Formats: sequence, structure tokens, C-alpha cells
Amino acid sequence: MKKSWIAFLTMVFCVVFISPGWAAYKIGFVASITGPASWLGEPEKNTALMLREWINAASGIRGVPIEIVIEDSKGMEADAVLATKKLIERDNVLVVIGSSTTGESMAMVPICEQVETLMISMAAALSIVTPDDEMKRMEASKKPWLEVPKKQRYWIFKVAPSDASAVEKIYIYCQAKKIKRVAIITVSAGFGVEGRRQLKRLAPKYGIEIVADELYGPKDTDMTAQLTKIKASPAQAVINWSVGPTQVIVTKNWSDLGMRGKIPLIQSHGFGNKSNIKLAGGAAEGVITPLGRVLYAEKVDPKNPQKPVIMKYKTEYEKRFKSDVSTFGGHAYDAIMMVADALKAVGADKKGIRDYLETKIRNWPGTGGIYNMSPTDHTGFGADGFEMMEVVHGEWEFAK
Amino acid sequence: MSLFSEILQFVFTGLTIGSIYSMVGLGFNIIYNATTIINLAQGEFVMFGGLIMVFLTVVLKFPLFVGFPLTVIVVMAIGAVFERFAIHPLRNASLLTLIIVTIAASILFRGIAMFIWGKDPYSLPPFTPGSPVMIGGAVIMLQTFWVLGTTLAIVVLTTLFFGKTIVGKAMSACSFNPMAASLMGIHVRKMILISFALSAGLGAVAGIVITPMSLMDYDRGPMLAVKGFCAAVLGGLGVGYGVVLGGFIVGLLESLTAGLIHSGFKDAVALVILLFILCFKPSGIFGSEEVSKIKKF
Repeated sequence: MKKSWIAFLTMVFCVVFISPGWAAYKIGFVASITGPASWLGEPEKNTALMLREWINAASGIRGVPIEIVIEDSKGMEADAVLATKKLIERDNVLVVIGSSTTGESMAMVPICEQVETLMISMAAALSIVTPDDEMKRMEASKKPWLEVPKKQRYWIFKVAPSDASAVEKIYIYCQAKKIKRVAIITVSAGFGVEGRRQLKRLAPKYGIEIVADELYGPKDTDMTAQLTKIKASPAQAVINWSVGPTQVIVTKNWSDLGMRGKIPLIQSHGFGNKSNIKLAGGAAEGVITPLGRVLYAEKVDPKNPQKPVIMKYKTEYEKRFKSDVSTFGGHAYDAIMMVADALKAVGADKKGIRDYLETKIRNWPGTGGIYNMSPTDHTGFGADGFEMMEVVHGEWEFAK
Repeated sequence: MSLFSEILQFVFTGLTIGSIYSMVGLGFNIIYNATTIINLAQGEFVMFGGLIMVFLTVVLKFPLFVGFPLTVIVVMAIGAVFERFAIHPLRNASLLTLIIVTIAASILFRGIAMFIWGKDPYSLPPFTPGSPVMIGGAVIMLQTFWVLGTTLAIVVLTTLFFGKTIVGKAMSACSFNPMAASLMGIHVRKMILISFALSAGLGAVAGIVITPMSLMDYDRGPMLAVKGFCAAVLGGLGVGYGVVLGGFIVGLLESLTAGLIHSGFKDAVALVILLFILCFKPSGIFGSEEVSKIKKF
């Protein structure tokens, strides 16, 4: 009697704990859901939850449900590393998606490379997908603004646009507007530092001269002094690179100093949140910024292959979570859907999924852009993922 | 834009930033004067001031003249509760312990604010709507006049309070020698409670007037506390007018450095000058050597 009980319990355990292991495709998902980068991780997590339901409601992939194991990296590298190890060793996932920030992603890269597991980052930096020696070669070049990577990390991909792509989009716009001299004003932390480096690196490629290079701290409360200096410089436009309250303060100061109409303010893609417009009061009118199409899906040309994807994602997300859609949640969408497509084609084959991403993701419409992965490009798209938008009556309109 | 109007612009910007530092510095000064504690949660009072004002006037739609005093009263109550629950029970602890308690409080306050308001910044409409004023080619926002005017009013009021009223004088007495003060019939614990409430109220006023210009979010406190502390030490902790002038000096230095030298150096220059002054005159520019010798800190 006792023995049969034990046998029964063992069977129950097998069914409860082991069966999802073989009856579902396991995807690891690391995001900064709490902590200082939670504004990135929160929409990413929401999107992962929503997609899991979508896919499983459509009876999974090849009839097999997917399981997305979500881990919180709290914006910290150490937690991202632990989460990744746990996902690979204990959960035995096929793919690791994550994390939200560049620092965390960089910390995860060596682990995934070592165990030869596909990693898809949702962060921006080019160095996530490009090996160190290749980055060094590009930086040491005589004309760094003309360099593109010739090789990529074998197992690592990313779906967020590089900062350089936003910079290129801005410079292309400046060229079209015959703007040759720009002033840059950047925050002296993370996002702003990388933006400033790219702004300076790429300026010569587009025949643009940086005539003023101003900085401010992430907690500064007033940038009037820096903008006054820019106002007195020969700049034809001013480019600001920051996230958080400072980008709103710059907008207010720019407006108060009467620079609207004289020296247009171009913000980075970090400005792409409706609440920034609201916080600035009327001051954001006329601000120009490169934005991913998911933020203004309704206005995108119906002929654009991205249109159905972003319309569906935006309406469903906003209906379900009662908050504005963001490009960050879109990164999670793109990463998961790419993996889903790969699973559909090759099944639970780690190497096969990687190869599928590199060779079969061609003209693939996602929320970030139209992806074209290749052995030399593990991001898949560039400046074409953005459109220049202008704030008109508190709404995004295509910049003329 | 001529060099003159550029410099004028830097000066106005410096005065605006400086007056915020002055108000934070004055908050430090009041608690220091009564207890010799450096209250490192001073920046959080500013943050509470701004955010509670946003809640009252933007969410509950109270008019400005109701929201302003109500916010100040609420934040004063927070300051008083903080003193009762964190400082009062430790009345026999060393000064350093008490200062560390204020650091803990600042972290706690920030956490509470994050829970209530989240991490997003909030804004207030300017007190007087209208376009900025031009003076000599420099642009001045109307809110700047509010900030400067409020600072002036606060300086006058605190000077009168400490110089002319019995309560004010009693509070200063406590800082020099609490034992002697209590022998003179001064209720020392009550004075400390009042000093925390007053300085919280001051912080709240600063938070209310700057939010329309520079927004407010849950973790703005520490930076303001650092700058306000610089101002207080530079001007001479314990000397009211010295702290105020210290604030203006730090603000002006920051904006002139940003404008005329390079914005990357702006925080460094103020701090280097602070170190320089402390090397030669540890009691601050306006502080008196004799007075600082009798104090514990």
C-alpha cells in the first residue's frame, strides 16, 4: 500500500513539475522590472505577458505552447548575471531575451556566449552585438564616422535601434534643412554621454559642424546659462540628449529664452513619451525628435509594411494596460516574435534558432523597424526605423 | 546677443538657482542653530513641498493661496513627526548618531514619495502666467521674481524671528549650551521640535516655488541638500545672512562658470572654491571663529 502511494506521488510530481519542461518551448526573459530603469522593464514585462497569451491562445507554436520565464534584473548587472545563469542552468531555456539596459546586457553577454545560447538584448549600444576588438578597430580608424562593424558576436543579437541611428536620422534631417552648424547640449551621465560621443563622431559624415558643446548634470534644475551661450553662438539648431526631467527643463528654458522659431530644438529619441509634452506645458511646441513608428501608429502610411504590426500592438497594449504604448515594450515584442518565427521553422534547436535569426529575418516588419539581420549586422535596421516628428498642438506630427 | 546681456542672463540664472540653495541652506541652519544637528533629510522636505503642492493644486484643484499654506503646514507636520519619532527618542545619543538618523530618514522619505507619486516628474503651472520679461537683453521668467521675492521674505522673517522674538532667541540659546538654556527656563525639547517644523516648512516653501520652473520628482532631494549644504558651509553655518549669501555665491559661480568657461566645470568650480575657503577660514566666509569653537560640530 505504502509503495503504491509513493509511486503515485512520484507520478504526480512528474506530471506537475516535469511535464512543462518537455511540453512547452521555454524562453528566458530578463528585464529591469523594478529599480531605476523600471520605465524600460515594466512595458517589456507587460508585452511578454501579453504575447504569451496571444501565442498560446492560438494553440502555441506547432501545437506546443510557449513558456516565458520572466526574471527581474532590478537595473543591476549582478542580478542580470544571476538571472541569466538561473534561466540557462535551472530552467534550461532555449533563448535568453534581455536585458533592458546596456550595462546589464553587457554583463550577460559572456555567459550566453560561453554556453552557446542565443541572446537578444533590448538595449541600444552597438557594443552589445559587436566584439571588443572590432569596436576598438572602428574607434582607432582615421575616419571613425565612416566605419561600420565587419563582424558581430556569434550568439548575440539586439532589437533596439543603436543611438547612432537616431543621430544619423537627425543629421539627415539637418542636411535636408540646410542646417550646417549645430549646438549640442547633453546630460553628463549614461545616455547623454553615449549620445554626445555619437553626435561628435558622425557630424563630419554629414558635413555638419558642432559649434557649441554644452553639458549639465542629471539632477540640474536650470539650463538657462548653457542655452544662453548657444543662443549667442552661430548654431542653426540645438540638439539635446537626455532622459527624465532634464529634457523637459531644457525644453522650458529653450522656450522661455525665445529660441523657438530661431534655433529649433531637436530632442533625442528619449523624448518619445507623451507625458514629456504635458510636463513642458506649451513649451514643447515645435520640438523636433526622431521617433519609432509605434508611437504614432495611426499616422503611419498604410502602405508601410510595419503598419498592421504596430497598429495591432498599440491598440491591444493600450486597451489592456491602460497606459500609452512605448518603443521599449515594442523591443520585447520584436524579440519574442522573432523567436516565435524561428521556433515555427526549426523547433527546439538552439543553433537552428540562431541561424534562422541571422539568415531568415529579412524584410521582417517589427515595431522598431523593418529588420534585415545579417552576419555583419545583428541589429537589423538603422536610421530608417525613425521618422522626424514635430510637436504640434501637443501631438506628434510629421516634421515638415 | 551682446556679451553684456549674456552676462546679465548668467547673473539672473545664478541668482535664481542661488536663492533655492539659500533656502535649503537656511533650513539646515535653523536645525543646526537649535541642535547642532546637520539634517541631511532637508532636501526631502523640499521634494515633499513640491509634490504635495502638485497634489493639492493640480489633482484636488485647490487655488494657489489655499494650496500654498496647506502644503507648508503638512510638511511642517512631517518635520515635527520626524523629530518626535526619530530624534526625540535618541536624545541621549551622540551627535553623529543623530546625523546618521537623518540620512536614514532621507532614504525613508524618498521611498515613501516613490510609493505615492512613482518615479515620474511632476510640474506646476507658473504662479503668474505670462511671457518672460526682457531686461537689458536678458530674459527673465516671471517665476524667477516669485523665487527671489520668496527668498527675500524668508530672509527678513527668519532674521526677525531669531533676532527679535523670545522663541527665536531661546532656540539660539539651546545650540550654545542646552544645559544652561534649560536652567534658564527654556524648554529645550520644545525648541528642537519647533526648529524641525520650521525648517521643514522652509524646505516646503522652496519646493513650491521651484516646481513650476524645474519640475519635481521623488529623488530630487539629495542633490539639493548637497548644494544647500555647500551654501551653508561656504557662508558660515550658524550665521543666517552668511548662509543666504553663500547660496547666492554658489549659484552665481555655477552659472557664470557654465556660461563663460565650460558647463562641464560648473559643479567642480563651486566645490573647489568651497574647499579653498574651508582651508583658510574653516568657519565659512561670514562665520566667526570664536563662535565655531564653542560648537561641537
